[in-house]
Amino acid sequence: MKTDPAGVLTGAHYLDGDYACGEGAMAAGCRFVAGYPITPSTEVVERISRRFPFMGGTFIQMEDELASMAAIVGASWTGTKSMTVTSGPGFSLMMENIGLAAMMEAPCVVVNVQRGGPSTGLPTMVGQQDVMQARWGSHGDYRIIALCPQSPQESFDLVIDAFNLAELYRVPVLFMMDECVGHMTEKVIIPEADQIEIVPRRLTKKDPADYLPYQTNGELIPEFARAGDGYKFHTTGLTHDERGYPVMSAACQKQNVQRLIDKIKLNEEQIIRFEAEAIEGADIVVLSYGITARVARMGIELARKQGIKIGVIRLIVLWPFPENYIRQLAGNIKAFVVPEINAGQMVLEVERCAAGQCRAVSVPHLGGGVHNPEDIAQAIVEAAQ
Amino acid sequence: MARTEIRVVGFGGQGVVMMGHVIGHACAINAGMHATMIQSFGPEARGSACSSTVAVSPEEVLYPYITQPDILVVMSAEGYSKYWDELKPKGILVYENELVHPDVRPDQPSFGVPSTRIAEALGRKIVQNSVMLGFFAAATELVPREALRSAVEDSVPHGTEELNLKAFDAGWNHFTEEYGAKQPSRKKESTAAK
Repeated sequence: MKTDPAGVLTGAHYLDGDYACGEGAMAAGCRFVAGYPITPSTEVVERISRRFPFMGGTFIQMEDELASMAAIVGASWTGTKSMTVTSGPGFSLMMENIGLAAMMEAPCVVVNVQRGGPSTGLPTMVGQQDVMQARWGSHGDYRIIALCPQSPQESFDLVIDAFNLAELYRVPVLFMMDECVGHMTEKVIIPEADQIEIVPRRLTKKDPADYLPYQTNGELIPEFARAGDGYKFHTTGLTHDERGYPVMSAACQKQNVQRLIDKIKLNEEQIIRFEAEAIEGADIVVLSYGITARVARMGIELARKQGIKIGVIRLIVLWPFPENYIRQLAGNIKAFVVPEINAGQMVLEVERCAAGQCRAVSVPHLGGGVHNPEDIAQAIVEAAQ
Repeated sequence: MARTEIRVVGFGGQGVVMMGHVIGHACAINAGMHATMIQSFGPEARGSACSSTVAVSPEEVLYPYITQPDILVVMSAEGYSKYWDELKPKGILVYENELVHPDVRPDQPSFGVPSTRIAEALGRKIVQNSVMLGFFAAATELVPREALRSAVEDSVPHGTEELNLKAFDAGWNHFTEEYGAKQPSRKKESTAAK
């Protein structure tokens, strides 16, 4: 369906990635945001809190990140598209309730504008050190979806996709921006509302007497009933059956948790998104994401001048990871080169998928800045030897 | 046109970030170029030296940070002492000439304007940055005058457009009066500075 025009600021704007993210959320129909503002993500909620009153949205500044995450899970149960916004330390605090959202299957979006860590680290400076935390941060087995924009324009566009994916799969979607993109100002084109497709909540049409909140009838994603619509049901973070009531058994655990995994795993082909360029005949493939993907293109151009055949992959969806694609590609190339603003995180996934068929070379940067393109070029040259 | 790098420095409250934003807006929205603006965050952004940078290019800006500015706009002495040696050889220096007293280098075209005093004469010191933007537009010819002027109009708080445009025009006029209408002639550049 088309989105509500009230949230769409159509036109050409000069916006930073944070503002663009806020505009994208409002354009996607987000009408509830709870957060505990933290640099470098504060501008997202600044933008939203100023504009929400004009579209019937609610922003609450909560007492902390635990409460922020809990509030958006609660709001999601009213059928409202909900989001919270944070950075590193706050992301850590949200982890438990991200798991709750995954277990309850409450659609929501969590924006993490990544700064340098660990701990309070570099509040005002860039990092990409939370990408593995996005995948594994909450305890237990579950699957999430994580997206990563490389520009303010993509921040706008992609956060709309984040809301849509959250609705489609009833899962928390993690929006893994980095400080550089968040604080960089560029042209952002916001289309007309009738150009923006949104996925509405899949509400049950069953009679309240027949409704079971986690009954799927062999499908992977249950139908949703909003709190307040007369459906009386139970939901919990405990392992639960179709009725939503706790059942403490291995059999119920398998049925409950396996479906949480399968609903993402079996739909991977629909969810995975990346850009690939010049892969055919490449000896080296550079894989990166976020701001690093832009900087890497400069390093790639430098290395190409030395005659090296270089393919390029930019991840747009970080999780689920394009495992099969990387595995197949690994047999045809000498090495993957993976620059990222961390000590080497996604490179581990690349290495796992390459499974010994080719090398996976990390180009680490510990944060506080972006790579020097020449360092990336150098790593490519060395990998090609 | 190759990539052009601009740094604006001053102290908090002078509208340093606003200036970077307006320059970027003018280039990206009104002049069909790519422009990436970055504001300096961190302790230095609150109170003392404050900086914003813009990378302008006919192509997509891949590397968002600047390495060596082609244009340095300085509105505080502290900002000047922090960034003066960063400016490219033959780069353009634009400065507030009652707050900054640069050691002008002969190979770097340098243009000064008493933007704070001009703004005060217009009634509001706060429009100092719009004066500076008008002066910047004339001195650098980075984008057509109208592109920058309308970016000012689109960026300032509602209700202050008229005053800010007046300030912009005053800055532009100061350049033509002091340095001549056409930038290439640069009649009294560099050593003419006070």
